[in-house]
Amino acid sequence: MSEETVRLYRSLKRIRRVEEVTAEIYPSDKIKSPVHLAIGQEQVSVAVCDVLGPRDWVGGSYRSHAMHLAKGGSLPGLIAEMYGKETGCCRGKGGSMHVIDVAAGVMGSSAVVGTQIPMATGYALAAKMAGDGSVVAVFFGDGATEEGCFYESLNFAALHRLPILYVCENNGYAIHEPLSKRRARPEGICGAAEALGVPATRIDDGCVFAIRSAAETAVRTMRTGGGPALIEAVVYRWRQHVGPNEDYDQGYRGHDEAQPWKERDQVARLAGMLDPATREAVDAGIEAEIEAAVAFAESSPVPAAEELYADVFA
Amino acid sequence: MSSPESRTLRYVDALREAFEQEMERDSTVFLFGLDVDDHLGIQGSTKGLLERFGPERVFTTPLSEDAMTGVAIGAAMAGRRPVHVHIRMDFMLLCMNQLVNIAAKAHYMWGGQVRVPLVVRSMVGKSWGQGAQHSQGLHALFAHIPGLKVVAPSNAHDAKGCMIAAIRDDNPVIFMEHRLLYNTEADVPVAPCEVPFGKARLCTRGDDITIVGVSNMVQEAIRAAELLAEAGVRAEVVDPISIVPLDIATIVRSARRTRRLLVVDNGWTMCGVSAEIAARVAEETEGVRIRRMGFAPTTCPTSPWLEADFYPNPATIAETAWAMARPDAPAWRPDPERARLAWQVQFKGPF
Repeated sequence: MSEETVRLYRSLKRIRRVEEVTAEIYPSDKIKSPVHLAIGQEQVSVAVCDVLGPRDWVGGSYRSHAMHLAKGGSLPGLIAEMYGKETGCCRGKGGSMHVIDVAAGVMGSSAVVGTQIPMATGYALAAKMAGDGSVVAVFFGDGATEEGCFYESLNFAALHRLPILYVCENNGYAIHEPLSKRRARPEGICGAAEALGVPATRIDDGCVFAIRSAAETAVRTMRTGGGPALIEAVVYRWRQHVGPNEDYDQGYRGHDEAQPWKERDQVARLAGMLDPATREAVDAGIEAEIEAAVAFAESSPVPAAEELYADVFA
Repeated sequence: MSSPESRTLRYVDALREAFEQEMERDSTVFLFGLDVDDHLGIQGSTKGLLERFGPERVFTTPLSEDAMTGVAIGAAMAGRRPVHVHIRMDFMLLCMNQLVNIAAKAHYMWGGQVRVPLVVRSMVGKSWGQGAQHSQGLHALFAHIPGLKVVAPSNAHDAKGCMIAAIRDDNPVIFMEHRLLYNTEADVPVAPCEVPFGKARLCTRGDDITIVGVSNMVQEAIRAAELLAEAGVRAEVVDPISIVPLDIATIVRSARRTRRLLVVDNGWTMCGVSAEIAARVAEETEGVRIRRMGFAPTTCPTSPWLEADFYPNPATIAETAWAMARPDAPAWRPDPERARLAWQVQFKGPF
């Protein structure tokens, strides 16, 4: 039971429980925000953020709770944001899809598919100009690799050797449409990146340690001017595209497809690698933290009416 | 605009001077876009900057307007001050997702935690076969979106002052330049100077009619005013300089006095800037006669004979203003030869 395993478990379990609690609260209508849960695919954010430092940046999509938490973004700020409260990370103006924590290196997440990719590439350009050795990791789904700005960004990053790690969380679906209906070569994501000059690694079993190892190698290279890299992590989304529930009864996929992924759930896997006393202590800490964050959100004030017009311009 | 510390400068050189002075002052300013570092340097507006500031701060881009706009936005949020250049405003349609969904909204939707100090400059073409896809004034599309500033300087003085103000602004600024203005000259301060946004300028004074021009239409309206003056009609030409923020108060004040408002835009009238100005004046005044002029409601053709009727010009502006100011007098139109502007006559292609 290494220190690394405990650290990764804590991060994985914390995200899992935050999202489970979010799903539990959701039917109460206290969260009036479309939630895109990462349950089942938390390990990508956890593994990548584990090799990043406080000065490094991460960017993501509407499905960014995991990234936000793994990078050290505020938990009370996240919950309060979903509640639409003044104390939320966007002061109630972004909701679940637009998380941010500048102090923790979480750039704002974006809800138009793929838009975070060039934006994060711009952060990487700024990092290169500053020459401070910081790096950027940007998370996106398989659907985003079909957007033009994905190719445009990778080409630019390769051309200028920008310090950015492109992380494709390939869960096989764009909403309900499988990759096979969207790509002539569903296995072609890494090849496309390579063709643009971005070295790419595919990890197809969802192993948190394998993803971490690939990220560590890539980040070490880019800190000394080695240029961008891409990791394609194949994962599986357990819940709906958007919403708190499972959707295996909807006809587009079934339990049989999910079963192998649930059997190699990284949260359960790492839980089994910890001794019971350590695990219980970690779990208890997580539950207390979440309870406090929810209480904070519940008791926070709603935004004042004048907030509607605040911050249209800086 | 004259002072001992100024001299006559072309619009394009005034822009170049703004970049040089701001890049000298602030090392976070950088300039990128297709052709900014080539031997022509965007008609000269970026010439010599590569040699002066190096390829880290002056560089071309792949033909990837969408992602390059996103890169500029990200770099801006990370503390840089990018100036992104497009050689035609039409090409900015490839950037709409980034500009409308990210740049305009970033400060607001992320709770004020980030700023986007970005300048997007683009040229509007006219004449010499620019045609459907090289001639569009799309400022109204951007002005529609909260969070974007839109400026359209009409002379060399304002080109420099607005560019410096845009670079120093913490918000995304859409900077509309008209290609035919590039060779026009004005008195421009030698020192860095800012022309503030949201403050209109009265270019001529008059009591008979208010004419608001946008971009190059300011110059066309000034010529129209000169011809109208010879016919005994005194027109007050107003240059809003910035569309967002819009100094509607100055326009309303003038229109209340003259009782007549003619808005001449370098764009279509349908849902355009002229519609906005007309509506605001109508809402805030009583009894003001309002008319609008702009691009003809069709696509810009390339044939010079067809193109001539696509745009308002000093003759048609003067004719319209006369009819508004002298409704009971016979129709009047100035000699078309005298209505032609030197900077339009002198222009030769290719661009």
